[in-house]
Amino acid sequence: MKRSKEFVFTRRIDAFFQDVLNIHRFITRFFKELFRRPFEFKETIHQCYVVGVKSLLLISLTGFVIGIVFTKQSRPPLVSFGAASWLPSLIGIAFVRAIGPLVTALIAAGKVGSNIGAELGSMKVTEQIDAMDMSAVNPFKYLVVTRVVATTVMLPILMLYCTFVGMMGSYFNVHANELTSLTTYFQSAFSSVSFLDVWSAVIRSFFYGFTIAIVGSYRGFNATNGTQGVGKAANRAVVFSMFLIFAEELVAVQITNWIHGL
Amino acid sequence: MKNENQQAESREIVISVRNLNVSFGDLSVLKGINLDVYKGENFVVLGRSGSGKSVLIKTIAGLIKPDEGIVNVLGLEVDKLPVNELQKLRLRLGFIFQSSALYDSMTIRENLEFSLIRNFKHMTTKEVLRAVEEVLDAVGLREKINVMPADLSGGQIKRIGIARTLILRPEILLYDEPTAGLDPITCTEINQLINEVQGKYNTTSIIITHDLTCAKTTGNRIAMLQDGNFIRLGSFAEVFDQSDSRVKDFYDYNFIQ
Repeated sequence: MKRSKEFVFTRRIDAFFQDVLNIHRFITRFFKELFRRPFEFKETIHQCYVVGVKSLLLISLTGFVIGIVFTKQSRPPLVSFGAASWLPSLIGIAFVRAIGPLVTALIAAGKVGSNIGAELGSMKVTEQIDAMDMSAVNPFKYLVVTRVVATTVMLPILMLYCTFVGMMGSYFNVHANELTSLTTYFQSAFSSVSFLDVWSAVIRSFFYGFTIAIVGSYRGFNATNGTQGVGKAANRAVVFSMFLIFAEELVAVQITNWIHGL
Repeated sequence: MKNENQQAESREIVISVRNLNVSFGDLSVLKGINLDVYKGENFVVLGRSGSGKSVLIKTIAGLIKPDEGIVNVLGLEVDKLPVNELQKLRLRLGFIFQSSALYDSMTIRENLEFSLIRNFKHMTTKEVLRAVEEVLDAVGLREKINVMPADLSGGQIKRIGIARTLILRPEILLYDEPTAGLDPITCTEINQLINEVQGKYNTTSIIITHDLTCAKTTGNRIAMLQDGNFIRLGSFAEVFDQSDSRVKDFYDYNFIQ
């Protein structure tokens, strides 16, 4: 039977609003379960290790390379205006306000979000989540709450680490050209960074972490159709969380600028 | 026969299903199922793939919500229970999944401990280990205690699935295709194990299968499910009396296989 275009279109709209409603229910359930005993401390610590320590290498490499590349690309226009000495300040502002939080969130969406989506999706389609339910263990609490808490807590820490590594990458380039000392470089870099900038980045990272883990868990927890469904869950977890991160970044920039009085 | 019926009526009913209807979208899977399972018996549900056998036990376990009807397990209406009450009921209700659904990131010991340490917090580490070793002895796989599920054979995975359920000492066991995908010798071993479990732990079981050997070896009563409802119910001989073409086809197919 051939379905009309209108039918397919309305079905997609229907599915979209159903998804929005289900995500809302999923988040509500998360907050209910978060404060309900028993607390899975051991599993939460394990997830912090998985999210944090196992992402360090990728974050280090990406942050360092971005630091070098960003400095190399920014130098020529600043030199042509005779403002090469402003380079550390520019790096400081760029990394603390935008690059650090955004790069960390996007890497985490790719690595952590897809991992959560695939892991929970695989558990769902192989009935391991049902098995947990049948063992009188709340799978939502054990699988979702632990991962969301761990990602939300670890992302700001990873962001601060990424910012530091990126600025170190930038320092190597600055030092190679201007022989600036590390102390002078950091003094100059942080001279234009306010306390509000740092707090704004930390708070944004909290939200990014929550978004990545909730989306990944939701997609994994609702995976269907066998191994194909697992792949779809992981893919959708990354795409949807990246989209939300950019949307949140836009809102965050508006709010921060409003507080700055810009 | 009359005597058997009278005996059955005097026994305690642990699972009672009345007018059960379950559908997924436009597809109606179970259409007005009625069922009583008595304490201590092995009740086998036979049927072709897609006939709704797994849906039936998942509804009994509370994993699927029925559209209509009453599912009563151990005196409690499953679909009306709040989450915490349902969890308490599930401690008395074991489910052995078709794939066994072992947690593949955990060792066998961790798989078995998982529900025990979360539901019986007063137990010491030694007591938990003793319970794990005891159920592993019961399924004959004590030496696999520190092995990962990926390193086990199909038959061993089924046995560990049964052990994981037994560790909570359930009163009712729900087996979803316990012999699916196994060679005939391993099937026989699993069938023996199901009977041993019934004798040793005094459990009531519903066994979902399309394997006639499994049904004949393990079942006290057998029901044949087709098109969302039972078409025959009774002992193996009563169900397969060859006069009904629908069960004859099923019997012949299994025999040829």
